[in-house]
Amino acid sequence: MEIGWIETTIGALFATVVLTLWLSRGSGWLEPRFWRNAAVVSSLIMSGILVYLTIDSLNQIREGSARVPAYAVINREIGLKRDYEKRRDLPVIGEETGFFGRVWSEAEAYSLVNKGKMTLQSRNCMDCHTLLGNGAYFAPDLTRAWLDPKWETMVKSMTGKATKEEAMAEWLQHPDRYPTFSRRMPNLGLSEEEAKALVAFLKWMSAIDTNGFPDRFAGVQ
Amino acid sequence: MPQGKLYESQKLALWYFWVALALFGAQVLFGLLAAWQYLDPNFLYGKLNFMTNRMLHVNAMIVWLLLGFMGGVYWFLPLELEREVVGIRLARLAFFTLIAAVGVVVLVYLLVQYGPGNALTLWFITEGREYIEAPRWADIGIVAVMAIFLYNVVATALKAKRITGVAAVLMFDLVALAGLYTAGMHYTPNISMDQYFWWWVVHLWVEATWEVLAGSIMAMALMHLLGTPRRIVETWLYLEVALVFGTGILGLGHHYFWIGTPEYWLGLGGFFSALEPIPLVAMVVHAVYDAGVHRMQTVNQPALFWAIAQAFGNFVGAGVWGFMQTLPQINLYSHGTQLAPAHGHLAFFGAYVTAILTVIYMALHQVRRPELPKFDSKLWKWAFVLMVVGIFGMSAAMTVAGFTQTMVERAIGGSTWQAYIEAQTHPWFQNGMVWRFIFGVFFLVSYLVLLWDLLTIGKGQAHASKGVGAHD
Repeated sequence: MEIGWIETTIGALFATVVLTLWLSRGSGWLEPRFWRNAAVVSSLIMSGILVYLTIDSLNQIREGSARVPAYAVINREIGLKRDYEKRRDLPVIGEETGFFGRVWSEAEAYSLVNKGKMTLQSRNCMDCHTLLGNGAYFAPDLTRAWLDPKWETMVKSMTGKATKEEAMAEWLQHPDRYPTFSRRMPNLGLSEEEAKALVAFLKWMSAIDTNGFPDRFAGVQ
Repeated sequence: MPQGKLYESQKLALWYFWVALALFGAQVLFGLLAAWQYLDPNFLYGKLNFMTNRMLHVNAMIVWLLLGFMGGVYWFLPLELEREVVGIRLARLAFFTLIAAVGVVVLVYLLVQYGPGNALTLWFITEGREYIEAPRWADIGIVAVMAIFLYNVVATALKAKRITGVAAVLMFDLVALAGLYTAGMHYTPNISMDQYFWWWVVHLWVEATWEVLAGSIMAMALMHLLGTPRRIVETWLYLEVALVFGTGILGLGHHYFWIGTPEYWLGLGGFFSALEPIPLVAMVVHAVYDAGVHRMQTVNQPALFWAIAQAFGNFVGAGVWGFMQTLPQINLYSHGTQLAPAHGHLAFFGAYVTAILTVIYMALHQVRRPELPKFDSKLWKWAFVLMVVGIFGMSAAMTVAGFTQTMVERAIGGSTWQAYIEAQTHPWFQNGMVWRFIFGVFFLVSYLVLLWDLLTIGKGQAHASKGVGAHD
């Protein structure tokens, strides 16, 4: 369902003004009664619209929707492509490649990504990194971390691992051993299972349609 | 300390204020540690990491501001409703429970820091979601304390048979305050959904309900400080609520640009958040008018100065610095850079710290020397000026650093790991971090001056006023 933001905006403001004026007829605009009505009306109308849009938004960002991929997307190739009409980069899902050497069912992928999210929260990643642009600013943004060229160009050879996911998992377990910058990530004691799960989470997150943020990641053409 | 005519509720408020001020100190201290780690990444590396300092920095802020607000309400409510607050024993119990809980959480943050990736960690160590890191058990405690607080306000108003406009707004707001916090108490692996409701706490809670709570407290403060008629104060408060909720509820959309949510949020969020500064401009007009009418003179100058700083700080920090990056076309590049903390520092200080300091100065006047014609000290102006300069200095430094990130990392570099490192090593960014630290130290000094002033103001004046009396 497409919701026009201009219609919504004009409708909300119009309804607020008209309803306030109608309820306050008989009092001047400087009287407390007028503004009390305005306060109640604007709060109710805006909250109502928020509730309505929330229901719509939650439907659109459910895992497996067009905007937020199903967890089994970790089995596939993920990339970014410029949509010149919309002037933004959109994630594209490619062919099946497997993940850590095998193909995960939807249920397995869910429990892996779920473990990854738990790990992310338990290690307080957001108090150094940003995810989808939110968090702290001490360490790099992780929105498209899976697609970052550095894993291929630097971390793979550093760790001596054959695949990107293995290199990432190894690096996450020993970030203090493989410095990439004067500011190093501390070793947060990730187990191998947790590290793999975190990589799965990052890969899944990189396939979310974020309306083009961050723009031209890694120089998407 | 002559506390003869204080309500029990007001005595309790003083406890809230002093604990709040102590946590303010903790906030500054952990902020400084985190700021220093930008300059020396090896400092406490592996022992007390940036993430832990940063978590303590922001959580200390949330708790102390909350305590300050509650203190403010417990201070003014009996005056507003002309009777003692009911359930004082319950309020005291809530206070000590809250303090004990905060103590436990801080110890766990410092000593345990993080845990394995499972639900137990989320329940007992940290939820690891920026700003709402508090473990789940503490979340439940916070909601319980807010519920007691809400009950006390409502029960007092009912018993007093006097529901003023301010009290009505306060009750309405406290329901939203307790309710919205629960939006952050759930777990989902879907980060888009996680962030969707995370913002209900971080935006709707802090930017809307706190803003109205501060507005209600400032309304009560202004009536006592300047004797502004109730009719005028309440009209302004209604106007503020109408505008804050009218613009802020859908202004939430400016956080929904890039988290996976549908495109209409770009338009809605951009439009309504562009309107968000309007109530803040209105408050500046109001403050300047009020102060002008009184020719900047009251019996409590420090409180008046902090009240004016509140109006300007709210407008500049929340309004201007927020607006600077609120349109999606700009935010696409500025999002997730140091511009966010530049705005955050100015806004939290301007909107909330100043409001609480206004109330604390008013309370101390009443406690220490209610009969004094002028509540004054030599230091308060120093504390005021130093603190304002300190916060502006920090924010300016972060603004320059954030601008550098916006250009080098986001716009040119394509936001990769390497682009991040390039922005972080850019001289403009690095100088920004140095200046942020310098102004941070400056701010710590101003905090100490402020604390000293709060501890002593009015006390030395006993002699002075006696002296004047002798001359007369």
